[in-house]
Amino acid sequence: MKQLMLGNEAVARGLFEAGCSFVSSYPGTPSTEITEAVAKFQEVYAEWAPNEKVAMESAFGASLSGRRSFCAMKHVGLNVAADPLFTIAYTGVNAGLVIGVADDAGMHSSQNEQDSRHYAKAAKIPMLEPSDSAEAILFTKTAYEISEKFDTAVLLKMCTRVSHSQSVVETGERKEFFKPYEKNPGKYIMMPGNAKKRHPIVEERTKALTEYAETSSLNVLEEGTSNEMGFITSSTSYQYVKEVFGNTYPVYKLGMVWPLPVKAIKNLAEKVEKLIVVEELDGFIEEHCASIGVKVFGKEIFPCIDELSQNKVASLLGKEVSCGPALSENIPNRPPVMCAGCPHRSLFYTLKKNKLNVLGDIGCYTLGAVPPLAAMDTTICMGASVSGLHGFNKNSENESRSVAVIGDSTFMHSGVTGLINVAYNDSNSTVIILDNSITGMTGHQQNPTTGMNLKGDPAAKIDLEALCRAIGIKRVRVIDPYDLAQCNEAVKEELAAKEPSVIISRRPCALLKYVKHQKPLTVDKEKCRNCKMCMQIGCPAISITDGKAKIDNTLCTGCGVCKQLCKFDALKGE
Amino acid sequence: METKNIMIVGVGGQGSLLASKLLGRLLLTKGYDIKVSEVHGMSQRGGSVVTYVRFGDKVYSPIIDKGEADFIVSFELLESSRYTEYLKKGAKVITNTQQVNPMPVIVGAAEYPENLVEKMKNAGIDVDALDALSLAEEAGNSKAVNLVLLGRLSKYFDFTDEEWMTAIEQSVPPKFLELNKKAFELGRNA
Repeated sequence: MKQLMLGNEAVARGLFEAGCSFVSSYPGTPSTEITEAVAKFQEVYAEWAPNEKVAMESAFGASLSGRRSFCAMKHVGLNVAADPLFTIAYTGVNAGLVIGVADDAGMHSSQNEQDSRHYAKAAKIPMLEPSDSAEAILFTKTAYEISEKFDTAVLLKMCTRVSHSQSVVETGERKEFFKPYEKNPGKYIMMPGNAKKRHPIVEERTKALTEYAETSSLNVLEEGTSNEMGFITSSTSYQYVKEVFGNTYPVYKLGMVWPLPVKAIKNLAEKVEKLIVVEELDGFIEEHCASIGVKVFGKEIFPCIDELSQNKVASLLGKEVSCGPALSENIPNRPPVMCAGCPHRSLFYTLKKNKLNVLGDIGCYTLGAVPPLAAMDTTICMGASVSGLHGFNKNSENESRSVAVIGDSTFMHSGVTGLINVAYNDSNSTVIILDNSITGMTGHQQNPTTGMNLKGDPAAKIDLEALCRAIGIKRVRVIDPYDLAQCNEAVKEELAAKEPSVIISRRPCALLKYVKHQKPLTVDKEKCRNCKMCMQIGCPAISITDGKAKIDNTLCTGCGVCKQLCKFDALKGE
Repeated sequence: METKNIMIVGVGGQGSLLASKLLGRLLLTKGYDIKVSEVHGMSQRGGSVVTYVRFGDKVYSPIIDKGEADFIVSFELLESSRYTEYLKKGAKVITNTQQVNPMPVIVGAAEYPENLVEKMKNAGIDVDALDALSLAEEAGNSKAVNLVLLGRLSKYFDFTDEEWMTAIEQSVPPKFLELNKKAFELGRNA
């Protein structure tokens, strides 16, 4: 039966059908729904790991034990997991191991737009790249066959437009798979003596995979009616090329983007007058073509910045594109904002009011960087707030006016190691853990601090206070961020203290289903003097209409933070 | 059939994902090739959100580019105005007249433009504007704006009432079915 399926759900379907039985991932847009979807199959064990490195190592262990296994992450997550990746390349696998990685060209929800294909080449691991949901199912299954045939982990590369687009698929049956573990120290213990013997095997494997790439059905040459031009492309770029040119010119569509074929590309180059590589981000395929002596046009036409689209492909290749009418009116932007009732808001207001340096991290609370709160100095990567603060503070005068802010999930991911450094190397830093009891940004995933696992069952719950104390932080205190006075007092006292400290700002995300909201606040128009103090916190539920504060009843959660700012008692709530 | 393009735009959290899901279901039963592209993650937090729905004999690109949209269905007035460049000639804008102030307007850094429906019409755009929020409230829940707008969109397609109703039944929880059907009817007949 035909059905519409999201690209990420299609990967999950492919995992199910391939008989995969172990999945471990850390959430990250645009990869998150793969793991959420696969968790719905009873036959597949699926979990959220604290970070991508743990996820990949766990998936490797499961492969070793004989089960087809999988881990998913976003592009920057692969940086975290790069350490096991490069050595798993040497050991190979037992049962198939597939590593899903989703790039985010255009940075819809990311801090950079790195191109994951470089990892495939650098780690010498094959990479498949589907261009729609039907291929996502097929390629996931093919990835396991390649993994076992060539004794290698296989990278499955997604991107925002493939992950988050629904297209038509047909599903198949699940086939169970098991391959018993056999001890093999020479293969699995990567100390120098063994690894030296494995490296030549890796190089031979890449040669064999290159041969496979020449004739594999993953790479398809679609003939055209004219040889004036020809294209090499993959993934969503393929869709844009076909959208613009249909079947006019030959298109060599790569389903396997590493290793890349040589003979097939040379053959195409001889046939067409002008060979054009269309790929998002870096000129990865283009560089390969150059390295085998094939002249192609690529990044001199297409930018290595941002996503492509059909109009970009058309206009950059000289085709005219039309545009609808634009209004002469200035249309104000609508940037994402912290939700009404967000427990992070009041904390950031406190940091701003105290004019602090704030080393930030990755999560919803990165929105604390935008006006009117504008209370953040840095955002780099998962965990960088805590370790960055240590360096910022150590042997400097910053320690009394600088803090790190990090969410509960991000702290478990890689903030905890930074805090160990703060304690061990004693930098008198104040770290604020924004504990909203969920992984928020990616759409409410459980984590080791929430007491629930991916399947929604009760799980061990990390005691953050005890953990911080065990690390060696003596000053650990918990505050309710809805209480502005408490926030202010805690921040002032901990910054004044002459030793490292942790403030746990604890209140569940206002969007969690179990969180009960209070009645919306009301405005006493007689008392409101339009001082706009309530506007300082950037709450989307508050606006000024006709010179008076106005509360949007549909948005207000009754958190009461604005009420604490009003000097004229004009805001009323329970 | 040439590919038809529908853009569904609005403010994160307004329920545009249900609208695209329902449309997708309906189009699938009609045997079309379909692509529906959504935005997840950070943009959802009260930001401007866009969903692309494309259908035809063969659909390649998952996104709709400037000059390609046959319809823009907008949950919020400012958002319909933001995307007019995506319209092709003869296209239609179906917009809720509800206004949701974006943060730059809330903090006083920008003004919410006035008379946007008129301005779009003056720019030669075919606009079908309706107070979908009031109609949704009339149906019983302000969250049914999505069904009101789909009801309005249905006027411009040849699908039967029965086909729409089946798609609604497949897409909303049973206890909200009557409410959603009513919202759809109100939008269709408004």
